Amino acid sequence: MTWLARRALQAVVTALIALTLLFFLIRSLPGDPLAILSEDRPLTSEQVRDLQRRYQLDQPVGAQFTSFMGGALRGDFGTSIQYGRPVTQLVLERLPRTLLLGAAVLLINFTLGLWLGVQQALHRGRPLDRILTTLSLTGYAMPSFWLGLMLVLTFAVRLHWLPAAGSQDPGLDGSGGATLVLDRLRHLVLPALTLAAVSIASSMRYQRAAMLEALRQPFVVAARARGLTRDRVVWGHALRSALPSVLTLFGLWLPILVVGAVFVEQVFAWQGLGSLTAGAAAARDYPLLMGTAVVATAAVVTGSFVSDVLHSLLDPRARVE
Amino acid sequence: MTSRPVALGRELWRRPGGRAGIVALALLMLIALIGPFVLPSPTAQGDLLTESLLPPGAGHLLGTDQLSRDILSRIVNGLRLSLIIGLVSAFLAVLLGAAVGLIAGTRAGLVDTLLMRTVDALLAIPRLFVLLLVLAVWDRVPLPALVLLLALTGWYGTSRLVRAETVRLRGEDFVRAAEALGAGRLRIALRHLLPNVAAPILVAGTLGVGDVILLEAGLTYLGLGIRPPTPSLGGMVLDSRAVFATAPWTSIFPGLVIVLTVLSVNLVGDALREALDPRSA
Repeated sequence: MTWLARRALQAVVTALIALTLLFFLIRSLPGDPLAILSEDRPLTSEQVRDLQRRYQLDQPVGAQFTSFMGGALRGDFGTSIQYGRPVTQLVLERLPRTLLLGAAVLLINFTLGLWLGVQQALHRGRPLDRILTTLSLTGYAMPSFWLGLMLVLTFAVRLHWLPAAGSQDPGLDGSGGATLVLDRLRHLVLPALTLAAVSIASSMRYQRAAMLEALRQPFVVAARARGLTRDRVVWGHALRSALPSVLTLFGLWLPILVVGAVFVEQVFAWQGLGSLTAGAAAARDYPLLMGTAVVATAAVVTGSFVSDVLHSLLDPRARVE
Repeated sequence: MTSRPVALGRELWRRPGGRAGIVALALLMLIALIGPFVLPSPTAQGDLLTESLLPPGAGHLLGTDQLSRDILSRIVNGLRLSLIIGLVSAFLAVLLGAAVGLIAGTRAGLVDTLLMRTVDALLAIPRLFVLLLVLAVWDRVPLPALVLLLALTGWYGTSRLVRAETVRLRGEDFVRAAEALGAGRLRIALRHLLPNVAAPILVAGTLGVGDVILLEAGLTYLGLGIRPPTPSLGGMVLDSRAVFATAPWTSIFPGLVIVLTVLSVNLVGDALREALDPRSA
């Protein structure tokens, strides 16, 4: 089997085991979802039986498991309790906004984060390196929901520079393209900055380490000795050899982004998967929560697969187990 | 020759980050320990008409919240809870991770493969989602159960680290010598392997404390972790959402304390990593 096929198979197996674990996790919990649902609105035993049938709680565990796995593989996670609509439909509706936010954050982390990491490596142990390390560690230590509130307080409540929440101004429905795009971007700034601030530390740290490693390589020393300028050596030679290992970060970031999005989207009422998850948790909307958990898991597995493949394309040495 | 812990302590102290982390963490622990005895009760309510949402001042150093409770006192009690949850959960998680890692590392073959495939799958499910699923069903989770849940979802990384180190050491001469002398598997694992994997465990455990504190604050902020009236840092930020625009002190201070606590723990963790593995500096 080729390396690629083996790696793909491994990703599929990991995802299947994860799904199985998720299913049995739910089954083994002490609580009863129906009891919580009926807490503030007493149900007749007929209604309870109806709900049990609808969520297949009257079936044996084995049947529930096959139906859950089959549904998950077909992309069917049942009906949301809160919205009364198919989970898959809700997830697909919310996906674009989360992808937009995620793309903005990745862009910041991949450009600014990597550039800062390179600067740190070049100033290793000097004040600039220390200051940047402290700043990034402080960002990493911040609860994203709190940082979001603080940015709202500063830039929306006090300065009125940017909108406090939402992803578009409902009053602009009839306006032209440029105004709409600008409005979307203005709404994107604070959530993206919040998520980038709490996650940029890992890209800076990785880039710093990879760059230090690269700067030690003989070919970098040789390039300097041949009289190439410092900038040429740093950005042309050293960075190029450091990049493949930094690409694996992509797989490392996805879990951080997926989790961060839950808090940040909730704070900014950003209508994506994160706020959908936070709302589902608050409303004990079990099928919906399960659906978003499966999507998050799939994202993590896919992310780590893609980053491995990218890495191996750029650096064939990575193709060993 | 000084003992290893003393030497490690000196190495930590030598680094500015480590020193700052240790000092800040010691201060925070002292405050969390003594504060509750000195300050008014965190659940005591003042007069709702005249004492609610007071800005920071002489009577209440950090002001009061919408229920006229002293914010400083609530922060100190919340900090104590955060520290306890963080330390206990991270400790249990590391214990579990080390055990699984040692078992997988010393028992090659099927046990190893099964354990590591499971860990791979567990790592693929973001920790927050597992906790959300559990807490959404488990209404009003008791504190010990919450601590245990945070530990049960926090050991995967450590187990991988410990397994990798164990596999690397298995072929070393000192392990072979112990085997040749007739030492059993358990004795080799605990007497010969464990002390040699202590360094990565220590680092992972320290950094785990910060992760747990952030995670607990986040869960509580989403309304699923610690329930009112128990004061908690995440809960204070949640409560402040309705009033933070006009009374920003209700959310600024609890958040700052979370940042300070997690930052000092992580500074110590980073300094530990550097001290134990000088190449990473």
